[in-house]
Parts: sequence; C-alpha cells; structure tokens
Amino acid sequence: MEWEVVIGLETHTQLKTNTKIFSGASTAFGAEPNTQACEVSIALPGVLPVLNREAVNCAIKFGLAVNAEIAPRSVFARKNYFYPDLPKGYQISQYELPVVGKGAVTIQVPAVGKNPAYEKVVNITRAHLEEDAGKSVHGAVEGMSGIDLNRAGTPLLEIVTEPDMRSAAEAVAYAKKLHELVQWIGICDGNMQEGSFRCDVNVSVRKKGSDKLGTRREIKNLNSFKFMQQAIEYETRWQIETLEDGGTIQQATVLFNPDTGETRSMRSKEEANDYRYFPDPDLLPLEVTEADKARVKAQMPELPEAMKARFEADFGLTSYDAATLTASRELTDYFVQTVSAGAEAKPAANWVMGAVSAKLNAEEKSLADSPVNPNQLASLLKRIADNTISNNAAKQVFEALWNGEKDVDAIIAAKGLKQESDSGAIEAIIDEVLKANPAMVEEFKAGKEKAFNALVGQAMKASKGKANPAQVNEILKKKLS
Amino acid sequence: MALSIEDIKKVAHLARLEISDADASATLTKLSGILRLIEQMQAVDTTGIVPMSHSQDLSQRLRDDIVTKTNQREAFQKNAPVLGNGSTESAVAEGLYLVPKVIE
Repeated sequence: MEWEVVIGLETHTQLKTNTKIFSGASTAFGAEPNTQACEVSIALPGVLPVLNREAVNCAIKFGLAVNAEIAPRSVFARKNYFYPDLPKGYQISQYELPVVGKGAVTIQVPAVGKNPAYEKVVNITRAHLEEDAGKSVHGAVEGMSGIDLNRAGTPLLEIVTEPDMRSAAEAVAYAKKLHELVQWIGICDGNMQEGSFRCDVNVSVRKKGSDKLGTRREIKNLNSFKFMQQAIEYETRWQIETLEDGGTIQQATVLFNPDTGETRSMRSKEEANDYRYFPDPDLLPLEVTEADKARVKAQMPELPEAMKARFEADFGLTSYDAATLTASRELTDYFVQTVSAGAEAKPAANWVMGAVSAKLNAEEKSLADSPVNPNQLASLLKRIADNTISNNAAKQVFEALWNGEKDVDAIIAAKGLKQESDSGAIEAIIDEVLKANPAMVEEFKAGKEKAFNALVGQAMKASKGKANPAQVNEILKKKLS
Repeated sequence: MALSIEDIKKVAHLARLEISDADASATLTKLSGILRLIEQMQAVDTTGIVPMSHSQDLSQRLRDDIVTKTNQREAFQKNAPVLGNGSTESAVAEGLYLVPKVIE
C-alpha cells in the first residue's frame, strides 16, 4: 500500500514592535517577571485595548509580500478559554474576517539522495493578528505554578497554509522560507529560541491517489527545523502503522519530545475547540485603505522574488540558483557585495553556494561570522578569472583565508600557487613530457583518447600543478596533431 | 433549536460556572426563550446586508508604537489574591503571580 502524507502549517510569528498589540507596555525579551505587565496585560477590570499601528503595518507588509488579498475591513474576536496565563479568560484574535486573506509562497525543496531539488507553490489560507498569552513558570514555589505576564499581549501574526505539503522536507522548506521572508521584510526577528517563530504542524495520511483528507493530528509548538523534520517523520510513520494495523486516527493535539524523538498526545482537551468566538465589543473593525497599503509598500525592501528575477535576467543564473541566493537577506547581501567588489556573477554564485556555504554548515556558523568576507572572495575570484591561479589552487587560497590569512595575493605568493601561463615555458615542459612518454603518444595516435588525458596529467605534474590547464590542453593538441 | 439540560451544563462548564440542577432548569427555560426570539428574527430577509460586528459605525483608531507604560509590578501585586490555607500573604513570589499547579 502506498501512503501519502498531507501537511499544513500554522505559524505564530512574533511581530517586531516596541510595544504590545493593545497597550503601550514594552515587548523587550528577558525582562524581570511581570515588570512589563501593565494593567491591560494583567486584565484589570475596566481597561480597554487600543490597537498598535505598527502591528497592523506588519500584517500589511506580510500580505503584500505573499501577494495576498488584504481585507479592507477586518474584525477582532474573542477566543474564550480558561488558562492561568490568560487572565482575561479570552484571547483577542481574528476569526471570520482576518486582515490577510489568500496568498502564496514559492518554496525550494532541496535535493535528497537521487531526488533532484524542485520548486513548489504553497498556498496561504490566511494570516491574522492576535495577542500572545503569558508564560507559566514551574518550580519557584513548591506545589504552585508561577505566572509571568510580560509576554501577554505581545503581537502575533498567525500564518495558516492550505494542506499543500506532501513530505517533511516540503514542510521544512516552507517553514525556512517563511522564516527568512518575515525577517527579510522586517516584521519578525526570527529568534526561534526565544519563541519569536513557532510552528504548529497538521499531519494526516491517506492512500495515494485518494482526494479525501485523512484525520489529522496537530504537532504543537515546534521551534526548530530539525525537530520539525523528526516530528513529522515520526508522526507519519506512526499514523501509517496505526492504520495498517487496522486502527483509526483520532483527531488530537500532540507534543514532540526531542529526547525520545516521539510525538505523544496531550492530555486531551475534550472541549478545546469550543472557543465560542464572537466579535470583541471593545474593538471597532480595522480598516485598511489603498493609501495605507501604498504607504506601507513604499517602506518595504525589494522582495526576494523580485531580486531572484533580477539575478536570472542580469546575471544569467538558473532559477534554482537565484532562489537559493535569495533565500536569506544575509546570503543575498553577501553575494551582491562579492559581485560589486568585482567578481563575475556566475563564479561568485557557485562559490557562495558551494565552498562558503559548505564551510559555514560544517562549522555551524552564520554568514555574519564567516572568516572570509565578500571583498576577499572577490579578490580570489578575480585571480581565477585573470588566470593567475587555477581552480584547484584557489581552493587552497580559500582555505588559507578561512583560517585567518587576509591577503589573496600574499597567499598566492607565499604558497607559490601562481600558475604558469608563459606559453614558451609550457611548451618546453610538454616537449619533455612527450619525449619521456613515447608509449602514451603511440597509444593516442592509435586512437586512445584516454592517453591524451594521461599526457595532460604528466605535464601538470611536471609543472608542479602550476601550468594553466587550458593552455596545456591547447598546446598538447597542437603538438600531437 | 431545542436546548437540553446537557447543553446548559456544558455551556456553564465552558464558562467555569458552577450550576445546580434547579438553576440549570431555570436557565434552560430562559435561554430557550431567547433562542425562540432569535428564530423569529431569522425570518427577516437579510440578503445583501453586511453582518454587524460593532454597534458603532466607526473604524478602529490606531495607537503609535511608543512605550508609555512603566513598571508598576509592586502596586499590581498588592492586589493579588491571598495564598489561602490560613495565610494572608499575597500569592506572589520572585515577581510571579502564583496559581495552583498547572500540569500539562
């Protein structure tokens, strides 16, 4: 039996505002408990919410970035439930009329094993503004839970997708794309450790070819891409095994335990979905005009999609390469700076996505901590372009730069990597090689193409790797013809 | 729509209201009356009318994103409930409001 997994995501992005969504209390992370919990955050009787303009701007920015409909009129609603970190007894959210409607995001799914990389469109169902809850702290006093309401009222944009993803890899690619996008447009700091970007993943399975959705289970609060991958893979296996053993899937909310790599059902919230939403009488409908949208649009940076198109048109990069380079602001800036410093675009793209990324990954560093800056990379690429060094020698220079040396030309000189491009000198070397290897010459003349490569190898060896390989090829061809 | 005693008890539970059987049946009568009124109103043709989400025909005013609130934790926590069990101390510790243990 072939099974297919169906995945949709709900992502809570904490908006990068100075103050809370409905009050002028600070949202700075890490303050002493309850020192940023004003009368609105702790829900004293008689307080009223006043909507933060910047939170609305963030929502509009997101809507524009995913080509979504932005509602001219949206409505705040009360989502009613009881929990100690929610002192009002309801969360202010949006329900029937969210501020951002249908949109789409194009994701790049990386190659896995024999499966090549590909692009896919993930549809956004909606995105709505809401307030975060406080935090429960355990262990301060025996037998009690402590409540810190500093986070209560922090603005969130909850971004919901259609069930469009068909593998853990696609879900992770989407989450990564969204993570970069919200940082790119400056609405979220993307700090997953601090909970600024949290994903709930809905997973169901069905028989391949079926167009009916299976019963889903929701994996809550994933705050790392690695855990997301593991959680989805485990959950998918579990659901398939359960069904193949003749069982059924109950709709449930599950948590992922990183220590065991398993998902487990939360103490069932039997009436969890009975939130009795109704429009919040404390808040009037939110209106967003065309003028508001135009004003916000003017403040936005060029979007990754637009930059991608520009890279393809101006630099002749492939769609996938252009997408990879515009996957994050950092990467794009690094690439653009390398090109502005005089490197050719295609080799620059290859080196940024190749050697630089590989090194960063291996050492778990971000581009900001890269020991090789764009200017140094550009100097290196210029020395390849002007035939001073071979690609192979360039790798050695790069390694030296990575280990803290600063000057490309000094490294080339110190290591004696300059390649021989004097045709007279190369000719002399080749003459020696031809004289020393008559057997190979005979083989080549008898039609063995491989012998030619062997002769090139001998010439390179004789020049201690410094001869320009292209020149060696050319001169050798001439001499053998 | 006919309501049952079970519906009343469920709604009361969702609102964390303790309700006696006598109160539940009295509430059932009242709530059923309200629903009958709504049924009558549903007979009105509302085609083309935008659902009302607020009684005032205005739109939301927005606030600038500037910190205006200062730390008043000490004052607010004087108002916290008492610990109970004979203690008259406020249920606060290390800056936190204390509640009965929450287990997830």
